[in-house]
Amino acid sequence: MTDKISKDPAGGPAGSGPSATPPGGPAKLPAAVPYQAIKAVPVRHYGRWISGVVVVALLGWLVYAFSQGNIIWDTVWDKLFDASIIDGLANTVLISIASMALGLVLGIVFAVMRLSKNPVTGAVAWLYIWFFRGTPVYVQLLVWFNLALIFEYINLGPIYKNETVDVMQPFMVALLGLGLNEGAYMAEIVRAGIQSVDEGQTEAAHALGMSQTKTMRRIVLPQAMRVIVPPTGNEFINMLKTSSLVSAVQYTEVLRASSNIGSTAGAVMEMLFVASIWYLALTSVFSVGQYYLERRFARGSSRSLPPTPWQRVRTNLATFKRSPEATA
Amino acid sequence: MTGQPMVKAEGVHKSYGAAHILRGIDLEVRSGEVFCLVGPSGSGKSTFLRCINHLERIDGGRLSVDGRLVGYRQQGERLYELKDSEVAAQRRDIGMVFQRFNLFPHMTALANVMEAPVQVKGETKAVARERAQRLLDRVGLSDRMHNYPSQLSGGQQQRVAIARALAMEPKLMLFDEPTSALDPELVGDVLDVMRDLAESGMTMIVVTHEMGFAREVGDSLVFMDGGVVVESGHPRDVLGNPQHDRTKAFLSKVL
Repeated sequence: MTDKISKDPAGGPAGSGPSATPPGGPAKLPAAVPYQAIKAVPVRHYGRWISGVVVVALLGWLVYAFSQGNIIWDTVWDKLFDASIIDGLANTVLISIASMALGLVLGIVFAVMRLSKNPVTGAVAWLYIWFFRGTPVYVQLLVWFNLALIFEYINLGPIYKNETVDVMQPFMVALLGLGLNEGAYMAEIVRAGIQSVDEGQTEAAHALGMSQTKTMRRIVLPQAMRVIVPPTGNEFINMLKTSSLVSAVQYTEVLRASSNIGSTAGAVMEMLFVASIWYLALTSVFSVGQYYLERRFARGSSRSLPPTPWQRVRTNLATFKRSPEATA
Repeated sequence: MTGQPMVKAEGVHKSYGAAHILRGIDLEVRSGEVFCLVGPSGSGKSTFLRCINHLERIDGGRLSVDGRLVGYRQQGERLYELKDSEVAAQRRDIGMVFQRFNLFPHMTALANVMEAPVQVKGETKAVARERAQRLLDRVGLSDRMHNYPSQLSGGQQQRVAIARALAMEPKLMLFDEPTSALDPELVGDVLDVMRDLAESGMTMIVVTHEMGFAREVGDSLVFMDGGVVVESGHPRDVLGNPQHDRTKAFLSKVL
């Protein structure tokens, strides 16, 4: 009885011994023993210092080479905010977002179809993915562009009828070409996401009397999002750059706007730099957006969310300030 | 304890490919009783439980809940499979609690409990929330309503899962080893909730290894092994004075 920790909340005369509990206190656990923090010489990483210097030197050499090349940098800065470039930039963002939205909707629809028990929908989804993933997006764009060669009219009976050439404006061609292609890739991403959700979730929803559709929409898809969002962000950043292909179907996005100026002003390389700067800016902005989107869908999957970079900086600063007291 | 049985099984068979899991189960669960299913793992007790709400379809025999066949409709001599929506409708009246809780991790405890009444029965959020709060209070979690499942202990999660099943106001509750995934310290809280539920008159079928609970709360007990019912009776009799050698061997290891 002497060494046992008393269960009585009044806490009678509990044991004696070196790690004795505070006498008469309500605490039933032994108190933590104070300890001396370890002070040791950290491992020196000489390799990191050397490789760091090499990388900086190589970068410096590269920057120097570009600055000395036959490039008029003033033209780059002059044309960076040219009205036609800004228009092209807006078109790039517009077509990328629109195509991605179409791709996402198609991806979810075809992923669900592919996983359904219905053999017809399964086969249709398989065929769609097989075709649109198996042919180059450039070819698909050109086929949409020349669709009038096959279907002269778009005829939906009494609802709608028009000449194909009138419907297939550059924006429409670009949207269908990029969106349908993206849909095939998104279908596979969404399918992987759906399959990553534990089967127990579906069972629990079914046991509550939820229908297949409700289970998919309310229970499975929201959880699949956590797996779907990171590769989707990747797909979107890819889309921003792939959208440069639609210049081939007369859609004036940022690359086409740049090369228009480049060929008339005789500044091809300069204008490619302009386009590259804007692509880098766009991908950077959307990468940050992707980070916060991932955090949003990580809700409930772990006890606490990882800190944002800004929170991490603040924590690091706080520890830096606190450290002298802690070691004192 | 009158009228037709809540659950009636006659010669229920179930196979997964070549594995013959259930080899003719006959049993009756009366309305309002606590019916315990015990037996070694692989004996088919969980599979049988899952057949009752058609998470698994049976290959032979007849299984009915509250006088209606599970998963089929009988017209004359012929059986017709029910559509998905009809199966879903049957399941509304049967609550199920899983060994691994299976709470929806992207929803708070409160939202977990509100989900089915709102989505399945079309209740207004206000009505569903009011009941969900009452149920969470009943299982002792009124201070945890806005926590996500990952922020709750196993015992708390399982009690939310019980509240979630009760929110549909079922006439039958199925428990599939509800305490097997819990730390020993947390088992008591869940059993307390189940005991309270039994006292309120709920019909419960409990697959469990908690012999103490079965003896104290159970009205009937069935010992299963190899896909058949080996022995059945009042828990006190089966656990205290087993007749069959297989039952004796099993109980000598777990009691």
